[in-house]
Amino acid sequence: MGPPPRLLDAGEAALVAEFGSAVDPAINDRVLALDDALRADPPAGLHETVPTYRSLMMHYDPLVLDRAALAARVVALADAAGAGRAAPTLWTLPCCYAETSAGEPCGEDVAAIAERTGLSAARVAGLHAGATYRVYMYGFAPGFAYLGGLPRELAVPRRAKPRPPHPANALLVGGGLAAIGTVPMPTGWYVIARTPARLYAPERDETFPVAAGDRIRFAPVDAATFSALERRAAAGEVVARREAYAGDPAP
Amino acid sequence: MSPRLAILAAGPSVTLQDAGRHGYLRYGITSAGPMDALAFDTANRAAGNPPGATAIEVSAGGITVAAKGGPLGLVLASTGFRIALDGQALPAAVALTLEPGRTLAVRAGSAGSWCYLAVCGRIAVAPVLGSTATHTRSGLGGLDGRALAAGDSLAIDAARAGAGDPQALVAPWLDRPADTIRVVLGPQDDAFAADQIAAFLDGPWTVAGRGDRMACFLDGPRLTHARGHDIVSDGIAMGAIQVPGEGLPIVLMADRQSTGGYPKIATVIGPDLGRLAQAQAGTRLRFAAVSIADAVAARRAEAACLAPEIRVEPVVRTAFPSELLLGLNLVDGVVDARG
Repeated sequence: MGPPPRLLDAGEAALVAEFGSAVDPAINDRVLALDDALRADPPAGLHETVPTYRSLMMHYDPLVLDRAALAARVVALADAAGAGRAAPTLWTLPCCYAETSAGEPCGEDVAAIAERTGLSAARVAGLHAGATYRVYMYGFAPGFAYLGGLPRELAVPRRAKPRPPHPANALLVGGGLAAIGTVPMPTGWYVIARTPARLYAPERDETFPVAAGDRIRFAPVDAATFSALERRAAAGEVVARREAYAGDPAP
Repeated sequence: MSPRLAILAAGPSVTLQDAGRHGYLRYGITSAGPMDALAFDTANRAAGNPPGATAIEVSAGGITVAAKGGPLGLVLASTGFRIALDGQALPAAVALTLEPGRTLAVRAGSAGSWCYLAVCGRIAVAPVLGSTATHTRSGLGGLDGRALAAGDSLAIDAARAGAGDPQALVAPWLDRPADTIRVVLGPQDDAFAADQIAAFLDGPWTVAGRGDRMACFLDGPRLTHARGHDIVSDGIAMGAIQVPGEGLPIVLMADRQSTGGYPKIATVIGPDLGRLAQAQAGTRLRFAAVSIADAVAARRAEAACLAPEIRVEPVVRTAFPSELLLGLNLVDGVVDARG
């Protein structure tokens, strides 16, 4: 199952189990397997866990849960967990690279990406829509999902200076990664498209439908369909298809 | 109809906070919650509210409030804030009843950056994702996800009249110097050579003027990284001290992002988070590395402060402004010395 994680203290109320220092699916799987195992049977005093690319942060109350007891539990679970992780969900999110029917460009920065990569705008959209992505983690802002699996041809560095806030539910690329930004924020990423699906909807029962470890594909739609789906999403519908992920293709 | 607390004036960053929005860091949602949990807990405890009840976190920008539709019991917990009831100065930690028609003003003073105002009763705001804590950057919690402003009016459910005449809180634990802030080294102390760890602990550091609920910025010696300043993002605890490329440490506080990609040289221990949060710009401090066991012992000692009932004592005046002397009813005992 790989070497045991490094245990790092983030103060007296958070412990980090670090499985590596790279963005790597196998490392991320070990993080998520430990997260699953801890959440299935959380020790008293464990408040919440935060999976990231390569580590799991565990926030705990040290007056209830002893650091040594938590560490021992983590080591035992990290050794046992991993093989039996339930199949992640494969999501198909509609997305729009064109202008909306209101005339707003969805892929505001496609031209800039095309210029940086030497590809045509259509090729940029085609490459982005043709890949399968892994949700490595959330961070930065509510529902901001970091995705791996961006085709190498689209690996543009992040901007030196942030651009003005991206639109809601923007599909972003930058620094060799893809992302979904749900809440408009200034960003150093490039806006390649928009999805009507809302990965974060605080008023909806299913506030965060997509979990770390899930896979995502994009299905291009035209502007009229985008607008219609956006209205349904605003009313609380999760406008994305979900199925069990059959597994990564053999290399 | 339930009485209301009317906000007559509010500086920037005056927000409603409860104990924080927990359980959603994994989705990028920051916990928010009070900058100084000990002062926040003290205010709620003295107000007779349950732990973690929604209270007003008053920034250095101050607040002015009035009661509408009935008297309201209030508790203010701070060190160094200037609190005045119709112009009459009160202690920085005080319980009182605010009668309709009177005005309570809270302003920053010689010490402290945050004052907590708890209402005896329940501030009626709807929780979002299980919490009323305001996180203005993402527009969550409080009143429409924003800071309080003049013209706001908070409905108070199950209001109680509280202390009556102003009573000083006996809460010496609120008086915490920030000259030494205890830290646990890590999680990325290995990104720094030994001499840089020593320089970090030696300081001295000066609290810079540009801090807010998200971070406390420090001026002092520039630290260098052993192997560059980028790491693959991982989780950020409140109190994490990250060192970005330019070398000046930043302590990440209640409104921090949930994850980040700079090495974190150390983490401020829980009991010293409020101490640091209260430090005004210009405060000079050093960091002291402690063990996990020492940090847990400090946490236990802090929890013990609030275990017994918080005592109050009559307000003892040290200065008598003329308008006060003229308005005084010399029969009712307001000016009695303690005891």
